[in-house]
This record gives sequence, structure tokens and C-alpha cells, in this order.
Amino acid sequence: MLLLWILNLKSCLIKTEENILRVHSIESFGTHDGPGIRMVIFLQGCKLKCLYCHNPDTIETSGGKLYHIEELVKMAVKEKPYFGKKGGVTVSGGEPLLQSKELVPFFKRLKEEGIHTNIDTNGRILNHFTEELLDTYADLVMLDIKHMTEEGYEAITGMRNKETAFNFAKHREASGKKMWLRYVLIPEITNKPELLHQMGAYFKDYKTIEKIELQPYHKLGIHKWEALGWDYQLKDARENTEEEIDAAVEILKNYFKEVKVN
Amino acid sequence: MEVKQFNYGVWTEKVNVRDFVTNNITPYHGTSEFLVGPSAKTQKLWEVCKEATKEERQNNGVRSVDTETVSTVSAFDAGYIDRDNEVIVGLQTDELLKRTMKPFGGFKVVQKALQEQGVKPNSNLTELFSKYVKTHNDGVFDAYNAEIKKYRSLGFLTGLPDNYARGRIIGDYRRVALYGINFLIKSKQEDLSNIKGPMSDAVIRLREEVSEQIKALKEIIELGAKYDLDLTRPAENAKEAVQWTYMAYLAAVKEQDGAAMSLGNVSTFLDIYIENDLQEGLITEEEAQEYIDQFVMKLRMVRHLRMSAYDEIFAGDPTWVTEAIGGMFEDGRTKVTKTSFRFLNTLYNLGPSPEPNMTILWSKDLPQNFKDFCAKVSIDTSSIQFENDELMRENRGSDDYGIACCVSHQALGKSIQFFGARTNLAKTLLLAINGGRCEITGTQMVDGIEPCDCEYLDFDKVMANFKIAMKEVARVYNDSMNIIHYMHDKYYYEKAQMALIDTNPSINIAYGIAGLSIVADSLSAIKYAKVKPIRNEDGLTVDFKIEGDFPYYGNDDDRVDELAAKAVADFNDELKQLAVYKDAEPTMSVLTITSNVVYGKKTGATPDGRAKGIPFAPGANPMHGRDSQGAIASLNSVAKINYKDSQDGISNTFSVVPKSLGANEEDRIENLATILDGYFSRNAQHVNINVLDKETLIDAMDHPEEYPQLTIRVSGYAVNFVRLTKEQQLEVITRSFHESM
Repeated sequence: MLLLWILNLKSCLIKTEENILRVHSIESFGTHDGPGIRMVIFLQGCKLKCLYCHNPDTIETSGGKLYHIEELVKMAVKEKPYFGKKGGVTVSGGEPLLQSKELVPFFKRLKEEGIHTNIDTNGRILNHFTEELLDTYADLVMLDIKHMTEEGYEAITGMRNKETAFNFAKHREASGKKMWLRYVLIPEITNKPELLHQMGAYFKDYKTIEKIELQPYHKLGIHKWEALGWDYQLKDARENTEEEIDAAVEILKNYFKEVKVN
Repeated sequence: MEVKQFNYGVWTEKVNVRDFVTNNITPYHGTSEFLVGPSAKTQKLWEVCKEATKEERQNNGVRSVDTETVSTVSAFDAGYIDRDNEVIVGLQTDELLKRTMKPFGGFKVVQKALQEQGVKPNSNLTELFSKYVKTHNDGVFDAYNAEIKKYRSLGFLTGLPDNYARGRIIGDYRRVALYGINFLIKSKQEDLSNIKGPMSDAVIRLREEVSEQIKALKEIIELGAKYDLDLTRPAENAKEAVQWTYMAYLAAVKEQDGAAMSLGNVSTFLDIYIENDLQEGLITEEEAQEYIDQFVMKLRMVRHLRMSAYDEIFAGDPTWVTEAIGGMFEDGRTKVTKTSFRFLNTLYNLGPSPEPNMTILWSKDLPQNFKDFCAKVSIDTSSIQFENDELMRENRGSDDYGIACCVSHQALGKSIQFFGARTNLAKTLLLAINGGRCEITGTQMVDGIEPCDCEYLDFDKVMANFKIAMKEVARVYNDSMNIIHYMHDKYYYEKAQMALIDTNPSINIAYGIAGLSIVADSLSAIKYAKVKPIRNEDGLTVDFKIEGDFPYYGNDDDRVDELAAKAVADFNDELKQLAVYKDAEPTMSVLTITSNVVYGKKTGATPDGRAKGIPFAPGANPMHGRDSQGAIASLNSVAKINYKDSQDGISNTFSVVPKSLGANEEDRIENLATILDGYFSRNAQHVNINVLDKETLIDAMDHPEEYPQLTIRVSGYAVNFVRLTKEQQLEVITRSFHESM
């Protein structure tokens, strides 16, 4: 247990100066990462290497550009008029919670400015900083469900222990605050009726889940893998047909209030 | 005058359309659900028009042209598209899409345009205009000096309205419907009798102008009579109100072929008549929509004879029949009516179209249903643009206004504008770096700038020289404007339009600049990186080597955005100091139409790393591909240009792929409406919205026949994409399309 804890701590945190975030890039007009119009901050670094990752250049934990959180707050405030009633700031990545220690003061500042906050995460990191974010500062959490089976999870992410993400969901549920699930839909790999039913059954009683977003697999990220000189493992996978997407939506509608294709 | 069904006010005693509208409007807060499709008659008529425009495209852009008649308000017999189905009548000539000679702007231009079609003007006319009749163009070149000609031919000043009509004046066409022409004549006659001596130049000129206006009003009566319409009296119902208003506009486009001839703000006005007839059960919603559809169809069929060189600057054969829709009254009520919706609905009933150039006057206080509908129409058609109603109302002091040309506020019936084309600010900056010499030819343009032989450009020195160059360019620009407008008034006075405007209106002169983003990025490079000029043997810079990074305009970075705002303010300050013909007030715009391609061609390499000949970004847009932080950062940069320094307008074109706007239609509508609220809350003035996939445009280049109505927004107006030149199409495709995946 102790060993696991140490491993966890070691693998979780990206070391930066106090109040500094390591940023891959910033999109001022994000419309697919949470409600409304959002400033999306893609943080650098992720411990997974998902087969279909469309931002593989965010995986490396070094690199990126360093921003003081006040700089980012200032940018968000300048964008605030565009957020309307729903929008705000989303931290994505990479895996943003690798920098959860710095995200706490960042989100705290955003809340002071009256800005909606959202974390797009794989849910593998649950430390006391993450808990503070989940319980207090993150208005929304978008949890990526990679796969419902351990084998499938490992095949996609290269890591074991899918339960971590489920524990993460439990923690958020206990906080009573809003959560969305996200699920990448790959024919034959994740888009299988039994897996969808399994996911639905597992989460159907969660009261904090507002919706599930399906992200149909696409190959737009391949050129980034090539640019990195990495071998793209999912070359043979194909994109879903309209019918396959519709079928998945129909199944999930039995379990979730809202199913959205993103 | 006789007033039956309407609420009384100041308007009943003297000409004041605004007063009529504020007293009788029925603001509408509901949804678009009440709208109906096109009537059978409209559909039949539109089929004829579509066939005719197809023939026009196949015939190199001109379907037919008249070589016999000088087009005036009352020239030509009545013309019809398909008389049995025409509810609103009137064409510029006796035949659909026939182009006509309007030679008073410049006869050589008419000859050239005809020659390009393989025809010649009637020989009598040729003799008349070469021996006896003087035109605007003749007058201008009699007065131009060598300096102006030099600035003009080397591309420092371009698109000057010195050989064609200046346009930009908006007659208050509603007046004909509200008052009938007899009342308007009486009113002008009173004005004339009150213009008294001593007979100074200005007084003499004004007396002559008003007399001309009265003649024009009489000619409009004649024009109506050709269509069996009695325009001497006010319109008595909705159909007549639409018809009378259109006749007034038709008179203008028969007499003048100005680059841009806006319609004004007629939808709210017409709604009063329509609402009245609907309430009394005289017409159905289908008929109401039919009037508007057919009116709009007629506006789409307006044509002018142009030479192909003109099209290089004003691409796609535009007419800029700009109609301003929506906005708020100063008293807090909205100007949105059901007819605002009916106008937008024509983009569904007749399909997308660049004309009329529908412009939404956006305010945070507009009814949400209207905002959502505008967003939907924009997403579906890419045919409309948006302007900041609050900003313009507060700064320009009128809530009853139209948009002159593309983006400029103009109080209806109270003020006019003198069009001033634009100067190339990037070339002006290069003067500062080349000792006042043209960077292409080496011609000395500006004295008093020391040639710099330094290894790296020094920011303070460049700024000081830039100021000297701006001052000189502004001076020459102003000289040319004074000549042009003096001569235009003298030889090609817009008497039909001016007859529908108050006597002695306020005037603003609309100067313009191009190349703003190039200037901002160049100054940023000089300030934040190290820029080494590469000079040829003649000492002219031919290229620049940049060492280090610098911020680009378009990323919401104050360091460079402030340089852009300052360049605008500085040039405007120079213009403000110069005396203008008729005491017009100088205003400036950041607007390029599609001429950013031409400007780029005429401009050498710039210190921002742009190579010689590369097109500029349009209007106030950041340079393509340099806005790396996404759409909102880009919008925020443009919003920092102060409207007070550029009151003629600051044009921005925003192109986004549908998916980036949101995952589904509902999200897209909501996001677009939210962006507009956000952008205008930052005191931005204008934005064109294109919601299109780049692939669609590429496909349209290859298969134009399949996209006859594909409309895209460019700087301040919309065009049929397939009517652009190949070069312009490519330039549009390389512009930044905001995509976030």
C-alpha cells in the first residue's frame, strides 16, 4: 500500500515553481470541452498513452510553456464577456490533474472572478489537491471512461487499474457536484453493445452525472504521431458509421439523462 | 397632409420619418414561427431571375447592355420580369439585368466597359461627351496635380472615386412612401426660398443643388407613372409602401452607379404599414412576405456597368444595397419588428445572396428570439453581417440610421458621406524606412525623412519617420479628396438621392486605411525582435531578416495590439487637422473590401516577414495564420482599435467551420449569439461571419456551376463566391478559418 502511494505520488506530479502551470497550448474559443464557449487550457504531460490520443504532443511531461496562474486568470477575465451564461475555463491536456497542486489556487482565483471551472480528466489521480478541486473549486468535471474492462483499459491506455477512475467518480458523486462522462467510441473496441450496457448499469444511479458525451473516433491526430516519430497503433481502426453512432446513443439513453455526440 | 390610421406627431407637419416610426412601431419579441415560405408567384418570378443570372454568368458576367440611352431617373420604358406574377414592379431598364451607361462619372470608363463587351456607345453620345459635355472624371484630372497623380499611380492611394461615381449617399427612400412626392416638393421649395444671400459660393451652390433636387422629384413622379403608380400622394397600404419605397430607391440606381448605394433602414418603417394591414385583415402573412420577397428580389437584380479593372478592387460585382436591420431606440425600445424577420426570411425563401447586404444592428438588449434567429440565419447562409448598435448610437448621436456602403453609420435623411477609398498604410510605413522613397520604384515621395543605413531598425526612429510619412500621405490624400468631391458635386450630383435628404445635411468624409495588421506586426517585430533590413544597390530595402520572437496582432496581446490601435489613432489625428471641402468632418475606416489582394501586390516586403506581393489581411483582420490563440483572442485584438479613432468603421471578417462553432445546431446558434454579445461588449464595431467548411469553397472553385448562390462575407459585404477571380478565391481560402479540434 505504501509502495503504491509512493508510486502514485511520484507519477502524479509535474514539478514546477509555485503557482506556475506547464501549458501545451491555449484555445480561446473552445466549444467542445464543456458547456458554452470556453477558454481551454491544454496542460502539458500525461502518464497514459492512449492509442487514439489526438493530442500526443501533450503527453511528454517536460516541455510546454510556463505560465504564472495570474497570467492565465488575466486572459480568462478578458474572455469573460464571451462566456455568456454557460461558458468558462476548461483545463484539459495532457492530464491536467498531474498539476493539481497548482490548479487549486488557479481555480480558486477563477471562482473569485466569477468564472465557471471545468476539468477534463482521465481520473487517475486522487490526492488531497485533487480532492479539494473536486469538492470545492471545480464546477464541472468531465471524466473520461476509457474502457469498462481491465484488459480493454490496459490495451487502450497502456496502464492497469481502471478502478482508480471509478473511485474518482465515486468521490465526485459524494461531493454532489456536476459531472459529465466522456467516452471515445471506436467500432469493435469500445462501441460494443455489452460494454455500453455495462457502463450504463454501473453509472445509472449516479445523481451528479448530467450527461454522457460520445466522442466518435477520428483519425485527425495521426499526423501529430507521425510528427513525433511515434508509431500510430490504431491504423487499422475505422471511424463509426452514422448507424453505429445512433445505435450507441440508443443504448445509453436507457441509462443517462442526456447522451450527446460531440 | 392627410393622415388616417397612424398616430400623429411632429412628422405630420414636417418631414421626419424617425418621428413617424417611433410613434407607430410595433416592436416584436416573439420567435420566427410566424414566418411563411415563398408564394407561388414569388417562386415563379425567382425561377426567371435564376435563369437570367445563370445566363449572365455564362456570358462573362454581363447578360445585356444598352448602348443608346444615357440612364436617368425617367429614362427607359417600364420593364417587367414576368408581369402576371409581379406584385412589386420596377426595373432599372425595360429588361431584366440590362446594364446601362451612366456617363457623368466618366465617359472613358463607360467606353472601356462597353469595349470589354465588344460594343460601343452610340456615336452621337461619343461626340457629345468628347466635345461638349464634361464629366466628373474630366474635372478631377483637370485639377489633379503631379503629386496626387504620383501617389495614385504608385499605389499609395487607391480606389479613389475619381473616374466613377462615389456612392455612399443614402436617400431616405421611406419619405416617398410616407409623404408622397408633392409634399416633398413643397417642402424643398420652402427650403429653397429660405436660402438667401449674400450670394457666396456656398449659397449659390446650395440654391442650385436644391433646384436640381426638385427637378429630380418631378422625374420620380414620371418614373412612377410609367408603371401606373401615382407617387405624388403617400402610400395608402402596405403594398404601396413597399412599392413607393422601392421606386425611390430605383430612381437612385437609375441615375447613379456609385460603388455602394445603400437602402437604409426600411424594414422597421415598412412593418408599420404591414402590421396595420394585417390588423385590419386586409392582407395575409403570405402576402406580407410576398411583398418583401419580391422587393428583395428586385434589389438582388440591380446592376451597374463596370469595367473589369473595377472588379479587381471591388470583387464580385457588388452593389452594396445595404439594409440595416434591428437595433434599439434611444428610449430603450427595440426596433426589431416582424418585418425584420421577414427580410431575413428572404434568405430562405429565395436562398442565400450577397445582396441586399443585410446588416444586423446588434445590441445586448435585442430580443433573445431575434438574436437567436440572426445567429441561425448567419450559420445557414453566411449572408449577413453584424454591427454594434450601442457603440454607433452613442458615438454618432442618431438611432435612425443606415449603413453606408459596408460598415459606416449614416443618420438617415440628416447626413451624408463622401467616400474616400483608402491609403496603403503598409507602404506608408515603408516610406519611413526608405528615406521617403517608394520601396518598389525608388521614387521620392516624402521629403524630410533621413535614409537609415543602420544595421538594425530602431523602433523610436522608425516611429518618428512614420509620423512624418503619415502626415504627408494624409495631406496628399486630403488634397485629392477635396478635388474629387468638388467635381462630383459639380458634374455628377446625386440629385435624386439628395432630394430625399434634408437640405444642407451634415457631411463626413470617409478616409480609409489598408494594411493595418502588417503595420502592427512590423512595428512589433522592430520593437520586440531585431529586424535587419536587406538593401539593394540603390539603397532600397528589398527584404528583412528578423532575429528573435515578437508578438503578433490577433492574440489578445497588448504589446502589439496597442501598436495597431496607435497607428489608427495617429493617422486619424493627421487627417483631422486638414480642411475639407464643404466643411465635411473627417472620419476614417479600417476596411479593404477585397482589395487587400491588390494592395499586397503593390507592396514590397515588410518588416513583419511578409514577402513582397503577398496579400494583406482584409480590413482590420489579423494576418492569416498568425492568430494562434483561437478565435476569441483574435476578436479581442480587433476590438482594441478605438472606434473614436475610426468612426467610419472597423471591419473584421470571422470565418469558422461549422463544427468549431458547436457540436449541434442548437449549440452553434447559442454560441454565435454569445460571441456577438461578447465581441460587442468589448466595443468592437463590425464583424462578418462565415460559417463554412474550407472544402466547400475548394469544391466550389472546381465546380462553380453547382454553387450559383454560395455566398461568403468578405470585408464589409458579401459576394457570390463563384463570381470572384481565381486569385481572390484562393486568397479567401488561405484566410484563417477558426478550427478547434
